[in-house]
Amino acid sequence: MGDGPPSIWEWIGRNWDTGRVDSIKSLLTDHLTMSFVPILLALLVALPLGLACVRWRWLYQPTSGLMNVVYALPSLPVFMLLISVTGLSQATVIIPLTFYGMAVLIPAVVDGLNSVPDHVRQSAVAMGFTPLRRLLLVELPIAAPVVLAGLRVVAVSSISLVSVGALIGQGGLGGLFTRAYQNPFLPPVIVGIVLIVALALIADGLLVLAQRLLTPWVRARKGAAA
Amino acid sequence: MNWLLSFFGWLGEFFGDADNWTGSGGIPARLLEHLQFSALALVLAMLIAVPLGLLIGHTGRGEVIVVVSANLARALPTLGLLVMFVLLLGASSIWPVIIPLVLLSVPPILVNTFEGIRGVDPELRDAAYGMGLRGGQVLGRVLVPVALPLILLGCRLSAIQVVATTTVAAYTGLGGLGRYVIDGYATKDYASVVGGSVLIVLFALVVQVLFALLQRVTVSPGVSRRLKVR
Repeated sequence: MGDGPPSIWEWIGRNWDTGRVDSIKSLLTDHLTMSFVPILLALLVALPLGLACVRWRWLYQPTSGLMNVVYALPSLPVFMLLISVTGLSQATVIIPLTFYGMAVLIPAVVDGLNSVPDHVRQSAVAMGFTPLRRLLLVELPIAAPVVLAGLRVVAVSSISLVSVGALIGQGGLGGLFTRAYQNPFLPPVIVGIVLIVALALIADGLLVLAQRLLTPWVRARKGAAA
Repeated sequence: MNWLLSFFGWLGEFFGDADNWTGSGGIPARLLEHLQFSALALVLAMLIAVPLGLLIGHTGRGEVIVVVSANLARALPTLGLLVMFVLLLGASSIWPVIIPLVLLSVPPILVNTFEGIRGVDPELRDAAYGMGLRGGQVLGRVLVPVALPLILLGCRLSAIQVVATTTVAAYTGLGGLGRYVIDGYATKDYASVVGGSVLIVLFALVVQVLFALLQRVTVSPGVSRRLKVR
């Protein structure tokens, strides 16, 4: 490196795929795993729990209270406390992120299901829908926009929160931040921030698209009103 | 249950060590630092976000700022922002660390203040105008009290964010409880890591409880009764 520090593009080119674990490409893969697994798990757990909270009302108060507490826990100390149980693995980051996701999604599922108008539910019953079919074909689709709005929040914040894991060596692209801080050098930070924000925007965009595809009547109604 | 034993062993070691209770690296001093940095960032964020949210919510102009800032704040990685500011501005004072803390805590307050004001029943607003109140009076006497639960919710969410980010900021040299965690991890002093982590978690929970109390005290009972939480 005879002629000064490399430019940001040179740096990217040199570090994109070195075959080592700290290449940008492999950090990116780790980042995707560690953010998408919790998003998916949170949704898979929040759906039945949310349903249970709507079905048995007394469950909701304690569940939402617990989730408020979970949401307030700062990520770094939680990672640190988990290390003694899970070791220095991706699970140390994935487990807390799943709980943060649930803290947002359970209320979203409950609000979504509560937003189903009573006359719609009764019509479904009158038309002979069994409870399961009513749930799958009537109630969940009506709840979808609220659930997806929650999912967008979870997706974007999970993707950015993964990077804190870099402080325990499991942060995906966050590894670029610690590396940049240790031998002061700006390009890795910029690359890390840009990639993480880009991932978040892509995930958000995909969920907006999913929302349009899953709830076509929302746009149809808007179009009719205009 | 081996980890549980070592967990309590570390806790005992950390809290039982008399050296951890005195001096500039002691628990009281670190606790105070954490409180000061978090409070400083939160107050600065409130000074920016509350007036801006009131203005945008009341005039209905600049909604884009609210939406964009909310999305951006969630997407921006805190650690990256902290490292970037410290690399750009140097670590000679606390400001390179405080600035990102403030930046990240503005949006939750801004969004909720804006939503709070905009969500006020239009009939209520019209009634206030009908009674002869002017724009500023309507805002101060009707809109703000009605929007207060959401404004406070925004502050609470920001406080959560600030306490967590202040912890992460220890990595870039800021004092506070995060020091125990970061330094302990670097030197494999797990008593310090575990003790510090427990302190931060307790700190965050106390802040939560304080905000819940604040909400109960300040929100007018007429408003809180028909408040739909989140």
